[in-house]
Amino acid sequence: MPFIPHTEQDVREMLAAIGVGSVDELFSEIPAGLRAGPPAGVPAALNEMQVTRLMRERAERDGTWLNFIGAGAYEHHIPAAVWQIITRGEFYSAYTPYQAEASQGTLQLLYEYQTMMASLTGLDVTNASLYDGASALAEAVLMAVRAHRTSRRVLMPASVHPVWRRVARTIVRNQGIELIEVPYDREAGHTAPAALEAAAQKDDLAAVVVPQPNFFGVLEPVDELTDWAHSRGALAIAVVNPISLALLRPPGEWGSKGADIAVGDGQPLGSPLAGGGPYFGFMACGKDLLRQMPGRLVGATTDVEGRRGFVLTLQAREQHIRRSKATSNICTNQGLMVAAAAVHMALLGPEGLARVARACHANTLALASRLTAVSGVRRAFSGAFFHEAVLTLPAPAATVLRGLKAQGILGGLDLKPTHPEIGHALLVCATETKNGDDLARFAEQFERIIGRTGRRKSRALNRKSGN
Amino acid sequence: MLIFERSRSGRKSAAQAPAATPGAGEIPGRYLRTKPPLLPECSELDVVRHYTRLSQNNFSIDTHFYPLGSCTMKYNPRACNALAMLPAFLGRHPAAPDDTGQGFLACLYDLQEILKSVTGMAEVSLAPLAGAQGEFTGVAMIRAYHDARGDADRREILVPDAAHGTNPASAVMCGYMVREIATDAQGNVDLAALKAAVGPRTAGLMLTNPSTLGVFEQHILEMERTVHEAGGLLYYDGANLNAILGEAKPADMGFDAIHINLHKTFSTPHGGGGPGAGPVGVNSRLAPFLPLPLVAQRKGGYRLLGETDRPLSIGRLGAQLGNAGVLLRAYVYARMLGAEGMRRVAEFSTLNANYLMVELAKAGFEIAFPQRRASHEFIVTLRRLKEETGVTALDVAKRLLDKGFHAPTVYFPLLRP
Repeated sequence: MPFIPHTEQDVREMLAAIGVGSVDELFSEIPAGLRAGPPAGVPAALNEMQVTRLMRERAERDGTWLNFIGAGAYEHHIPAAVWQIITRGEFYSAYTPYQAEASQGTLQLLYEYQTMMASLTGLDVTNASLYDGASALAEAVLMAVRAHRTSRRVLMPASVHPVWRRVARTIVRNQGIELIEVPYDREAGHTAPAALEAAAQKDDLAAVVVPQPNFFGVLEPVDELTDWAHSRGALAIAVVNPISLALLRPPGEWGSKGADIAVGDGQPLGSPLAGGGPYFGFMACGKDLLRQMPGRLVGATTDVEGRRGFVLTLQAREQHIRRSKATSNICTNQGLMVAAAAVHMALLGPEGLARVARACHANTLALASRLTAVSGVRRAFSGAFFHEAVLTLPAPAATVLRGLKAQGILGGLDLKPTHPEIGHALLVCATETKNGDDLARFAEQFERIIGRTGRRKSRALNRKSGN
Repeated sequence: MLIFERSRSGRKSAAQAPAATPGAGEIPGRYLRTKPPLLPECSELDVVRHYTRLSQNNFSIDTHFYPLGSCTMKYNPRACNALAMLPAFLGRHPAAPDDTGQGFLACLYDLQEILKSVTGMAEVSLAPLAGAQGEFTGVAMIRAYHDARGDADRREILVPDAAHGTNPASAVMCGYMVREIATDAQGNVDLAALKAAVGPRTAGLMLTNPSTLGVFEQHILEMERTVHEAGGLLYYDGANLNAILGEAKPADMGFDAIHINLHKTFSTPHGGGGPGAGPVGVNSRLAPFLPLPLVAQRKGGYRLLGETDRPLSIGRLGAQLGNAGVLLRAYVYARMLGAEGMRRVAEFSTLNANYLMVELAKAGFEIAFPQRRASHEFIVTLRRLKEETGVTALDVAKRLLDKGFHAPTVYFPLLRP
């Protein structure tokens, strides 16, 4: 019996000690009509060798691809040590660190992570994680509304990731919070302060969301946007990529007072793409907002003998103490992914992380310049970008992506479903994992496919006009 | 020692970072950071030693016994981890086209089917990222259901006073008022109190069964009738599903929505506080409101369903499709158990708990509900010990730690001294 150590003799002895004749009798309090037979839809058991074969076959079927999709999840090199350390049973199979004496390893690691993340964001405190970047944005909106007390209106630029905006709406909609969309500048690809003014309509505002870089990869005028928010008595919520923060000015230094809350997805720090998760969300804020922060928080303290130790702190904000008055319902978060992030950041250090950021930027620049050399392909926006760029194509992106896929290349994200206003638009990303050969292979196939669709189009036009 | 205290300015783990890139690129100077972040500067071996040593300061399932109830701390099979980490699964981008991930999607689809089968629910969504998000989802679907019927006066969610704190907190996040229902002397929800509480304002009831008191709700069918007759819906908190897996199904008890903690019942790791996964199951009346995406099997293969397929969905809970790696681990576990193995989960956890309860009673401990069968957990009350000796439950918990046992849950639920 998989994972069950009992021998028949053990079972007999245990039943005798309990004083019942069978295991079945232990379920006597369940009304008879509710007892079910074995679940019919569950296939028969496989042993480890069989299930290994099944999973290997499925993985091989999916294969590996030369990937240029970013859009919120990024392919980075993860040092081998990261996952070897965090899959040690002592981290992997440990419980939530409520019992400080039994959890000093996890607690110290979380404390170190919080310190690293606070420095990366330039803010005072960071929590021990939220589920992912999108749900962290929703929690930041709820937190800002709690802190503001009077307003329930939040400005949400359309340059924020479209799925993140949807997630935020799903999570906050039942609390009477209004997310007001702010259109982006079609020429630059970022949000102009004047657009905030126009969208706000009245002064009653709890917060303004400021992405950096935004969904299009474009850098936003964060100083102006942050100052504008503060001038209206609203909080500024930064949405940031943690790798970019090795290079870009941190939210705590935006504008004259700094952003109030920073959130983002921690995936680029040690979490593999893995088909969508697990990743983790991070959240940082200034000291003044600490008590409004959702999720767990680790603090350093000293024991009775004066030795340093670590504990979950300020738990009075949380659901297991405050119940219906808690700052959030979050309990289990993404602890192990945070462990990966801490080890990842410790291995890379400030210089290594900045090198990754610069290599991503340089590779995407090189890719964009190669692709825009193809006739009819342009950068969609004039604003500077970090490690993603939107290109407009002379043919539907879906057609081009299909052609690339046939060559083993995932050429980016088609923006047609979310941003039809940009035209035939493709969001591409080249991280540090791509070398010159990869870029050349992509560019060659891209040019060939665009050329082919162009020829097909002109032939069709010729036929139509009867030439 | 903190990792920062091992740091020395200028030291690097040079092999992990890419080569320095010449030139500044296109980023205007005003956007650039002026001071580097305060990250540790260590060699690779420094980092490996430091975190290996930290790991040794933890209790874990691999090293210690955890007598925790609802937390369901059981062995995390190594094969689940190894097979979820096959390179093709790890390398898959979440926005890659469905036809490039048919093997991956097949696993998720099969997991949906397995979860439907063990719970009896009509449809399952794997989207919720943890148990509490599953609870939020369940209540949000209940609200969407009432709203769609124009039944907007239902503003209250009923929660037993023994419930986990996430229940009331989740209800409030959905804009509901919470009304607590008392527990009777047998450890069941007080039926009279429930009957007095339901009415035209009742949106639903959230229930953990077996409850956090470690007993099966004996009046579950009457509770179900009471809530449904009042027009409310029933939500099943899967925190203790482990105790009845393969033995009884929430759907048969009349629940409209449920969540399942895969990091409990399906043995995915707790990881020192996550990641978990909290798939939700619903009956057909709530199916249109399920969160996205869903994995569907169509003629051409597996594909993810989105907003155009499910216009009434409550929406999305995370940027991607759920904690995929956790889902794969749970899938491998489920395949290794098979149908019979599901049932053994409930049988042997119940056998162990009842055995331990009897042995502790023999040793002189007072059992909170001695007349009841234990589920996969039970409560010992140390009231008498405290009166006689001044030794508290907290003292006992700490002494157990000294003896190498993770402390059991203490002072929860709060109504048991």
